[in-house]
Amino acid sequence: MRKFSIASFSLQTVLKRYMLFGFILLALFIGDSDGQKQQLNVFTWAGYVSGDIREGFEKEFGVSVLVDTYASNEDLLAKLLAGATGYDIIMPSDYMVSILIKQNLLAELHRDTIPNFQNISPLFLGKYYDTENRYSVPYTFGTAGIAYDSAVVSPPPDSWAVLWDKKYKNQFSMLDDQRETLGAALKLLGYSLNTTDAKQVKAAKEKLIAQKPLVKQYKSEAEELLIAGDVVMAHCWSGDAFRATETRPTIRYVIPKEGSSQFIDAVCIPKSAPHKELAEQFINYLLRPEVNAKITTFTKYGTCVPTAKEYLPEHLREHKFIYPTKEVLESLEWLKDPGDFTRHYNRAWEEIKAK
Amino acid sequence: MRRNYQLFILLFPVVFWLVCFFLLPLVSVFIYSFLERGTYGGVRWNITPENYERLFDRLYLGILWRSVSTALICTSVCLLLGYPFAYYLARYQPKWRNVLLLLVVVPFWTNFLIRTYAWILILRTKGLLNSLLATLIPNFHPLELLNTPLAVQIGLVYGYLPFMILPLYAALEQLDMSLIEAAQDLGASPRRAFWHVTVPLSLPGILAGSMLVFIPTVGAFLTPDLLGGGKVSYIGNVVERQFKSARDWPFGSALSFMLMGIVLVGTVLYFRALQGSEESHAS
Repeated sequence: MRKFSIASFSLQTVLKRYMLFGFILLALFIGDSDGQKQQLNVFTWAGYVSGDIREGFEKEFGVSVLVDTYASNEDLLAKLLAGATGYDIIMPSDYMVSILIKQNLLAELHRDTIPNFQNISPLFLGKYYDTENRYSVPYTFGTAGIAYDSAVVSPPPDSWAVLWDKKYKNQFSMLDDQRETLGAALKLLGYSLNTTDAKQVKAAKEKLIAQKPLVKQYKSEAEELLIAGDVVMAHCWSGDAFRATETRPTIRYVIPKEGSSQFIDAVCIPKSAPHKELAEQFINYLLRPEVNAKITTFTKYGTCVPTAKEYLPEHLREHKFIYPTKEVLESLEWLKDPGDFTRHYNRAWEEIKAK
Repeated sequence: MRRNYQLFILLFPVVFWLVCFFLLPLVSVFIYSFLERGTYGGVRWNITPENYERLFDRLYLGILWRSVSTALICTSVCLLLGYPFAYYLARYQPKWRNVLLLLVVVPFWTNFLIRTYAWILILRTKGLLNSLLATLIPNFHPLELLNTPLAVQIGLVYGYLPFMILPLYAALEQLDMSLIEAAQDLGASPRRAFWHVTVPLSLPGILAGSMLVFIPTVGAFLTPDLLGGGKVSYIGNVVERQFKSARDWPFGSALSFMLMGIVLVGTVLYFRALQGSEESHAS
């Protein structure tokens, strides 16, 4: 075989660059180890823990807070199952809390270290995934629905059917999430989001395959698509819709009349957490009304602490995007983990994606 | 004895690295591919061939075919674009050659993710390309380029073209010009000299470049995800989903092994072809 003269040239450069990296890492390491500060490791969704929440805790407790992010509940599960340790705080969604409890990966919370637990509205406690809240406290809650640009989309939609309207071909996006997206089709057909009837899943699958030529994109972060005007409608989560209104005030959000999904993102402590007590202090800190208000200001998802509303800007207090009416709330379902039936959802999703 | 000891010291880091970060993970993936999906993530320790049986489903074979054909098209386009480029580069004034070569490598200084995002800005409905065409052509209707298989193909060719050019350049640069002159002295036309002398002599470069492009593109999942808008499924995306949303690690492992099998077959064919070409030179 012929000798690649380029190889020796590039190898040298690569080596030099790696050595440089090594030195930088070493420098960082030495620089870090001089302080004896305790460090709280938070593993959470991107855009979920704001700088001022972090810095406030750091200052008051004289510790440092390190935030690492994940993109899906399954990423979190995979990391924890693979034996990742070192995380003190994690923020799984409702159904994932129940999975983590079943997998014995969560530590029980000591209520006496978390006196602010009493600030939480009973509306958000004792849900199916952790009936006595022994392992979790709610962080935010939200819904899935349709965001639309009221300057373009008229009449204002009130049903999932609008996402099958040929008029909007290539002008809307769907969530890139198998349960949510199949869920929208299931709801339109009048079924439960959590159906374990293979025929119903099949019907929803066919509905989505028929819809696919109209869909511009499957994307779970719809905010930027709405802001850029790439789409005039998006199947998305309430917080993304609300954040988009800040740049594009004509954006509206509706939960279709057929019903939709709701979720709670919880705060938990993994069993393997190295700083459990500090983590509980952090949870207690998050449940202070003035701190909890910052969560809503930042994420645009609802607060579970009613007294936090005093600290919220007026438009975030009772906005219907965030706090659905009682009537709407009753049409919402939790997306529960269907156990081994998940296979049917997986298969249906692969078929939709392969078309 | 002493030599063995030295050899051991020299090889230890590489062997240690390969065993820890290549062999062991590979063995664990292989074992996982024969287990059952755990209901709540992870695996159940029951041995079953089921995951391999599921591979022969028309659904997955179809996706696999799409991935392989996309990778083959990508490799061919890279070769067609890369060969003339490498050919002229290898014959360029030595003074400028290294500068031009550097320009081929410059894109690597930017993260692949960011470079792929740049293509979104170019291809989107209100993107650079459509606005440019709209100023040039009256009554222009914007093209829906993004979120299509074509966008994925463009992104893959863009991303892997340098991997084709570099080995081609290395092969062509070493080419002994006097052989081509000899061919022409013996009456071969320039075209004939090219096909019968230049191409066979640069075959190792062609094959190495093709391997370097084909192997990563057949399993690519990032480019299809970003430029395909989640609407086009490739085998890499299916594998990724098995480990994430589907939580079916065993099936994902089996899919990975099938993909590796295809790459392995490609590699064997590669070495066969290489041996063949060298033997024909020797004779």
